[in-house]
Amino acid sequence: MTVVSIEKDFEALTMKLVAEFDASVDRVWQLWKDPRQLERWWGPPTYPATFEKHDFRVGGRSAYYMTGPEGEKPRGWWQITAIEEPTRFEFDDGFADDDGNPVEALGIVHGVVALDASGGKTRMTSLSRFESAEQLEQMMEMGMEEGIREAIGQIDAILAELGV
Amino acid sequence: MDRIFQALADATRRDIVTRVSTREQSVSDLASAYTMSFAAVQKHVAVLERARLVTKERRGREQIVHPDPSMLRRAARLLASYEEIWRGRADRIDKLLAEDGKGMKQ
Repeated sequence: MTVVSIEKDFEALTMKLVAEFDASVDRVWQLWKDPRQLERWWGPPTYPATFEKHDFRVGGRSAYYMTGPEGEKPRGWWQITAIEEPTRFEFDDGFADDDGNPVEALGIVHGVVALDASGGKTRMTSLSRFESAEQLEQMMEMGMEEGIREAIGQIDAILAELGV
Repeated sequence: MDRIFQALADATRRDIVTRVSTREQSVSDLASAYTMSFAAVQKHVAVLERARLVTKERRGREQIVHPDPSMLRRAARLLASYEEIWRGRADRIDKLLAEDGKGMKQ
């Protein structure tokens, strides 16, 4: 089981996911640091992410877009606010317009990622903090489709494996 | 609050919440999306209704499921959708790492 726990705090507007991976801390760190590896898992298969810029150091910015099934390209940005390589980093994640400029009205999600060695495996804790319920709502109106397509994609994959 | 957590502890119920938050769906629309019976889907909707995450409205022969408008419920629904996104990410990381063993060892 990959996901160990999920905690949601509806009042503080946070979600904490704890997952365990069968790999070293350094290996999991690379999945965040190397843009080519990051884009293989950040977006769902139906909305793959492309990182055009990924400056993984304190103050560094990333620019990415996701490609939807109809060719639409919603854009986003990151700014790294803290790094303790290879075990912890913090970043802000927000929406960008077609020119890559941050859309401040849509707010940011603050993320804290921590990696801990645990019996030959790596425990990853990812905390996401939203600014307000309104922001969460706007984000989901834009990103909801992504979540649904992803869920459907996963169901299809399971059915394909079962040969149904 | 416990009721909200319990209601969202189930993957099907999180999925129902995600679906009705995007567009209006009747109970039969929802039932056609899953392999489980109409009655089973109805039961899931009832749990969500008791947690006040959704409301049901009768329209002719159809029962339409709406998301509940209060802010706290809204946050709960939306965080449930966000959870699905992150579960997907964790699964993809896991698959990516499994590929390491097949080719070059890291």
